[in-house]
Amino acid sequence: MDIDKNARYAASHEWARKEGSDFVTGISDHAQHSLGDIVFVELPAVGKTIKKGEAFGVVESVKAASDLYMPVSGTITAVNDALSGDPALVNREPYAGGWMIKYTAANPSEFDVMLSPEAYEAEAGKE
Amino acid sequence: MPFIANSDSDRSAMLAAIGVASMDELFADIPASKRYPKLALDPGLSELEVLRELDALASKNLGADRSAWFLGAGAYNHFIPSLVPALAGRGEFLTAYTPYQPEVSQGTLQAIFEYQSMASALFGVDTVNASHYDGATALAEAALMAVAANPTRARVLVPAALHPEYKDVLRLYLSAHPVQLAEYEGAPRDAGLSDDVACLIAAYPDFEGRITDLSGAAEAAHAVGALFVVHADPIMLGLFKSPGELGADLVTAEGQALGNPMNHGGPFLGMMGATQKLVRKMPGRIVGQAADHEGRRGFVLTLSAREQHIRREKAVSNICSNQGLVMLQTTIYLEALGKAGLRKVAQLCWHKAHYAAGQLGKLPGFAVAGGEFFKEFVVKTPRPAAEIADKLAARGVVPGFPLSRYYPQRTHELLVCVTEMNTKAQIDLLASSLAEVTR
Amino acid sequence: MNLTPEPLAYELSRPGRMGTVLPACDVPETALPKNLLRAELSLPELDELTVVRHFTRLSQKNFAIDTQYYPLGSCTMKYNPKANEQAAFHPGWRNAHPLAGDAHNQGALELMYRLQDSLAATGGFSAVSLQPAAGAHGELAGVLMIREYHRSRGQPQRRTMLIPDSAHGTNPATCAMAGLDVVTIPSDAEGGVDMDALRAACDDTVAGIMITNPSTLGLFERNMEAIAKLVHDAGGLVYGDGANMNAIAGIVLPVELGVDVMHYNLHKTFSTPHGGGGPGVGMVGAAPVLAPFLPGPVVVKKGDAYAFEMPAKSIGRLKSFYGNFGVLVRAYAYVRMMGADGMRRMAENAVLNANYLKHRVEKTYKVKYPRRCMHEFVAMGDVAEGIRTLDIAKRLIDYGFHPPTIYFPLIVPEAMMIEPTETESKETLDAFAEALERIAAEARTEPDLLHDAPHNTPVGRLDEVAAARCPILCYRG
Repeated sequence: MDIDKNARYAASHEWARKEGSDFVTGISDHAQHSLGDIVFVELPAVGKTIKKGEAFGVVESVKAASDLYMPVSGTITAVNDALSGDPALVNREPYAGGWMIKYTAANPSEFDVMLSPEAYEAEAGKE
Repeated sequence: MPFIANSDSDRSAMLAAIGVASMDELFADIPASKRYPKLALDPGLSELEVLRELDALASKNLGADRSAWFLGAGAYNHFIPSLVPALAGRGEFLTAYTPYQPEVSQGTLQAIFEYQSMASALFGVDTVNASHYDGATALAEAALMAVAANPTRARVLVPAALHPEYKDVLRLYLSAHPVQLAEYEGAPRDAGLSDDVACLIAAYPDFEGRITDLSGAAEAAHAVGALFVVHADPIMLGLFKSPGELGADLVTAEGQALGNPMNHGGPFLGMMGATQKLVRKMPGRIVGQAADHEGRRGFVLTLSAREQHIRREKAVSNICSNQGLVMLQTTIYLEALGKAGLRKVAQLCWHKAHYAAGQLGKLPGFAVAGGEFFKEFVVKTPRPAAEIADKLAARGVVPGFPLSRYYPQRTHELLVCVTEMNTKAQIDLLASSLAEVTR
Repeated sequence: MNLTPEPLAYELSRPGRMGTVLPACDVPETALPKNLLRAELSLPELDELTVVRHFTRLSQKNFAIDTQYYPLGSCTMKYNPKANEQAAFHPGWRNAHPLAGDAHNQGALELMYRLQDSLAATGGFSAVSLQPAAGAHGELAGVLMIREYHRSRGQPQRRTMLIPDSAHGTNPATCAMAGLDVVTIPSDAEGGVDMDALRAACDDTVAGIMITNPSTLGLFERNMEAIAKLVHDAGGLVYGDGANMNAIAGIVLPVELGVDVMHYNLHKTFSTPHGGGGPGVGMVGAAPVLAPFLPGPVVVKKGDAYAFEMPAKSIGRLKSFYGNFGVLVRAYAYVRMMGADGMRRMAENAVLNANYLKHRVEKTYKVKYPRRCMHEFVAMGDVAEGIRTLDIAKRLIDYGFHPPTIYFPLIVPEAMMIEPTETESKETLDAFAEALERIAAEARTEPDLLHDAPHNTPVGRLDEVAAARCPILCYRG
């Protein structure tokens, strides 16, 4: 299991990373591995405001579909359009080219209470 | 015992192998006091006796094959080439299940792919599924898609002249949502669109046979962020512009007319087509092209992450079956007729319906409703239409659908349907019979 | 199987060909409105013989009950009697119009009336509606009936439907369509409903429970009466999913176990053909408490005549017209041939066949719940390191058998759900069991035989990932 040491994690397997004044989110290597070959990622419209814990999108493999949950409340500023042509980016580079959304956080302190890389690694390792 | 292969000695051997003394013991989990109720069913009959009984029952119905038939109103009497039932009745199609194992289901899968290809060409959209029970449920599920896409919107616009049973089905399907079914008259583009509308539904043609003017409707709907849904007559699309060409996002149709008997109302075929951007929100089974490791082309059920067996309560619909056999009959029909044949059927409907309207319009006391129509039209009658229909049935003429059956106040209107099945002699007989009984 | 690649109809098309000749126009022509006409229609152009060979060859690329043993769990792939087809093909049915008026369709109405009666008898129902067109459609009917029942009693807050975790995915999806919330009830160690969890979930928001009995694990729910009592005491109603009625018809009446409303799949228990996925019928039967809410119209008898009528508090209309009538004719023919005694023998033999096959299979494969099964059982395909159920399933094809249902129910890992049905002979069951034994041996000695299977089919395993990533859903020349 790969872990991005610069990100923080949700128990539902999303990661969030601070980039300038915005946040970026995708799913963890552990999550992409358990989903298998990803065939489609549904992402929200830019400008949409979504609360922490609400679904911002859906990730689909051939035999499964999972909701994607907002780790930090915020307003979407960008989505990764490359995923519509190449959803496998999530499998290949979950923390880089496979990012999903960028957003401005409504309450950045929500980021601080997310799991640390070490805590997530321990948590995900139990599954 | 009918349809059971094993003999008593087989059963004894099997019970012994399991280590059970009697059949009864297999049902030990079921409370003994409730076991083996006396069923209020007659004793079983032989095949011969059952077929005789059913022949007697079937012969009591008034069939379109034994009358001059001008009744449509949602179920249509069209010609079905002999090869359609002959091929669709093959056991390899008839007794297969949903094609979950693609390697041993390529027959069914390729047929669905060909259906999707032809139906989407007919509709002018990117794909069509084969899953819905009938036109009414296909339209209702299209409305549900629109509501799901725009959950805060409060209205679904439907034409006042939508088939009344379709409206009933829409109402029931939408009953879980805080959405109002609002009716409009006239052209869909003037339906009263605003940003509280989830979708604008148009009927093409409408229940009274009129070819709705769809121009400007898609633009008007899209301007307020609503989806444009068109319910179409697929035979008419053999000749007329497709809903997709006119900007529809979703197209639904009743596919019965394409090679399937009227069968007292079912099974029919709900067709639903969508543009590319809505494909992943569509309910129902969809087949896609794929390749195996040797590069051989094959077909598989695809995009299944939308469906109930994976998404459970988050699925776009609970639909599970497809209308496999009816879809297959439609596919065979479309291939047997082809481009020229379907166009010819549509032309025959047009010419014969217009000839009939001309003849009926000349009768004293009769008047044909205005507007462009395809194969059905409303005619005003000098006496109550239901009474006329009863009198004509006794002469072997079924003149159409008295509108009073759905609209009690519209007593003097008859919805007349003319297809390629009606000869000039039958149309002339209709006209002369109507004249005689209303003289 | 026909292994020769079959071109698509579009690839067989040649300009100017036509498979069906239509009569010449015998009336004066009326000018067409040119501005409304389409310019192009992309349909194939084929002669009749080409169409006949095309579909005959396609048919030869299918496994079917008529050609192969098809032990698909939960689907009841029993023999579909040819007499059903003969009965349904009668021109008196095919040419009957749903709106011709009751007086002109007395034969059709009488058949529906008798079938309503017969199906009510098999479940102990007080009334039946034949309208739902499929199992999922029947579920929708039943759940809407329960919702309307609570609303009619001024209890619209009853919006929670309890669903065991072994249920078909259609159950929760149906509740979502009806606007109800789903609470999942776990299974206990024996594969039954966890009674403590059920007790805890029974509060005053409960609309009811949806329960499949026998369950998708092929097990009869031994606590059925207690479950019904718990839910009834909490003010809820019991929806019986009749997908597995083939195991209990003539053995027990669902209503006597506490079921208030139930659907049957006529394409399962009542032998109508699956047709590659449909059409089916998901008729619903109700106990007196819910009978007024049935979808309509239903057929009633008035004097000597039959008529359509809406039940008093009907939820309304689920589809246009009256249900999948052609399927009803087939089911009626079947019920008449079977009779009361035949129904019981059907269920007995279905359960005997399943237990016999389970007894043979469990020598080689793990069976999740080893207790006595009903009409089906769930085994697990992980017989050797690196072998998955999918591999067993594909290798079965090489032996000439359709694979069982796999990876369902979701609560059993590597599930293989096997339903033999009553119409299969002991020799067929033995041959199938022997194939499974040989495959288990191959799994250890020649695992690639399984990984590469199937070997003798028109195509091998298809790349479903690529198909879903870049969907090609239509022929585009």
